[in-house]
Amino acid sequence: MTILSVSGLTKRFGATDVLRGIDLEVARGERIAILGASGSGKSTLLRCLNFMERPGGGTITLDGQMLGREGRTAERTYRESELIQVRQRVGMVFQQFNLFPHMTAIGNVMEGLRTVRGMPRPEAAARAAAELARVGLAEKADTYPAHLSGGQKQRVAIARALAMDPEMLLFDEPTSALDPELVGEVLAVILALAEEGRTMMLVTHELGFAYHVATRIIFLADGAIHEQGTPDEVLKNPKKERTRAFLASHKQFSF
Amino acid sequence: MAYQWDFSPVLANSALLAEGLANTLRITGTALVCGVVLGLALALLRLSPRRFLSWPAGFVIEVFRTTPPLVQLFWFFFALPTLVGIEMTPFVAGAVTFSIQSASFFAEVFRAGIQSIERGQWDGARAIGMRHDQAMRRIILPQAIKRMIPAFMERAIELMKTTTLIATISYADLLFAANEISQKTFRPLETYTVVALIYFVVIFLASQIAHLVERRLARSGESTVH
Amino acid sequence: MRWDFASVFENTDALLVGAAGTLRIFAICLVLGLSLGLLVGLGRYSRNRWLHIPATIFVEFFRNTPVLVQILWFYFALPILLPFQITPLAAASLGIALNSAAFSAEIYRGGIQSIETGQWDGARALGMGWGQAMRRIILPQALKRMLPALTNRAIEIFKMSTLASAVAYVELLQQGKLIASLNYNPIEAYTAVAVIFFIFLWPLVQFSYFLERRLRRDE
Repeated sequence: MTILSVSGLTKRFGATDVLRGIDLEVARGERIAILGASGSGKSTLLRCLNFMERPGGGTITLDGQMLGREGRTAERTYRESELIQVRQRVGMVFQQFNLFPHMTAIGNVMEGLRTVRGMPRPEAAARAAAELARVGLAEKADTYPAHLSGGQKQRVAIARALAMDPEMLLFDEPTSALDPELVGEVLAVILALAEEGRTMMLVTHELGFAYHVATRIIFLADGAIHEQGTPDEVLKNPKKERTRAFLASHKQFSF
Repeated sequence: MAYQWDFSPVLANSALLAEGLANTLRITGTALVCGVVLGLALALLRLSPRRFLSWPAGFVIEVFRTTPPLVQLFWFFFALPTLVGIEMTPFVAGAVTFSIQSASFFAEVFRAGIQSIERGQWDGARAIGMRHDQAMRRIILPQAIKRMIPAFMERAIELMKTTTLIATISYADLLFAANEISQKTFRPLETYTVVALIYFVVIFLASQIAHLVERRLARSGESTVH
Repeated sequence: MRWDFASVFENTDALLVGAAGTLRIFAICLVLGLSLGLLVGLGRYSRNRWLHIPATIFVEFFRNTPVLVQILWFYFALPILLPFQITPLAAASLGIALNSAAFSAEIYRGGIQSIETGQWDGARALGMGWGQAMRRIILPQALKRMLPALTNRAIEIFKMSTLASAVAYVELLQQGKLIASLNYNPIEAYTAVAVIFFIFLWPLVQFSYFLERRLRRDE
């Protein structure tokens, strides 16, 4: 059952074509890992899917509903009110966490429920507590982000995204800003979410994790899908030269 | 023969001085409160992507920052009443002038504070479906205001000094009281010295409090904008 | 209502005289204020108690008293102590210049302190004395950083020139008052004065924005 469908997606920043025509279908329960060198367009692609960036050309269809309207040019126009609805259904976890420093952990997790959904405080607090427990941080509910480790901050960020009951989760390099010894606790949470059957798309450099968690790997180069397939296909038996070179540079100092 | 200092006539008029100081604080307080509120409004208008909102705000800010406050005061006290046909007391003219004038400077402090909040905070807010105004109200402004406090205090102290201009349109503030007393007692040296010292003590105390607040904020790890 | 700018244009002579007065006091206070400020700033920067403490007292006093109060003190109070008269120009210049010196002292101090100690090391390692190091190495670099703040100070000095009208010095606002009282047209007169100030200051303000942007870019 297709939840997300992308057709001919392009995006330009200034004079640079960052995305040059992406076609993608995501089925419910799929877990897609997006790999690629920096500048390949991975983050931009992800940010287009929840409209943190406005797509250029092409269409994005969520749950059978094509988003935006036809504009006067070839590009579609998008109304902010529609996009706000989309962002409640497609959650995002950022590389830099982007927690709100002036709120406690539970305050952060509750914020979407209270301000965006209008949920009353006690109900929102109960739900937030449950999500924090799910990521293993129940005892840190009243702690401010400044006193949390990087791994804890990212787990709070995941709880914050989960509280909105998203149909799909987008992870934009969730562990790239973490000290190595903290990476594992975050990956463990993501793995648990995967085992629940959640639909997710993950931009990551953790190739080993991608191999174990993803149902499909997409390798992006120069703003287009260069190669895709199952983890075994792309990571163990890459067909294209650039994919091979990328993987080789990652394995350069492995032991 | 050396000059004989005699402060007693001045001190005999301490009631007038006290009243003058009270009036100084009254005009400063009024202009400060109005200026901060108006300054926030101007800043938000200035930041708006809609040009019919941001241009007038920008115009007001630039005009009131690029013209001398005394000229503005004279305009509001002498010119505006003739234009609009309303009565303007010195206090009202001063309040209006200093409110708008300080608002123009506060607006820039607000704008710098809001813009200093990293983009990631906007991202985090938008990603959970917040509207622009919700993000501003719940996430951006609360963080920005903490950073802007030192700059605010600095501008508030400036305001305290600027309001002395109101003596030129005969509002009975401390400086006006100095004029009066000096003419009554024929002791301008003692009078103006005492008044200068009073101003110094009040404003110095205010700026020491501001320093203290800034140090406390710095210790708690808050960065600040100026 | 009828706007009567004609009477303003008839009085352009008066306005020109005023503008000349404004520019004169601006120039005096700019030069005096910024150069005295440098001396006081160096005193503030110095660790020598005999320089640092007087400089600090100077800065704290003249930053924390309103300029108008100082001007009136110099005009009404000081002559009592001195055997000669103090002209409006002298009183106003003293008030504005000393105030500007106090503010610019802090700008200089901040600028000098912002130059990393490595520069001092390099200068002294070559055998430079304190004065040479300051003049050849430190100040030139600091000046670039201080330029935006000093430009802002200049703008403030220009605006403060209007305070001289309180002691009847002939500058633009004073002439505006004159025109208004002679022709009963305060709206046109004061609007004209405001516009003239705006025309003078606008380029300077834009220049200071430009300097700030350039500094941010280069840092």
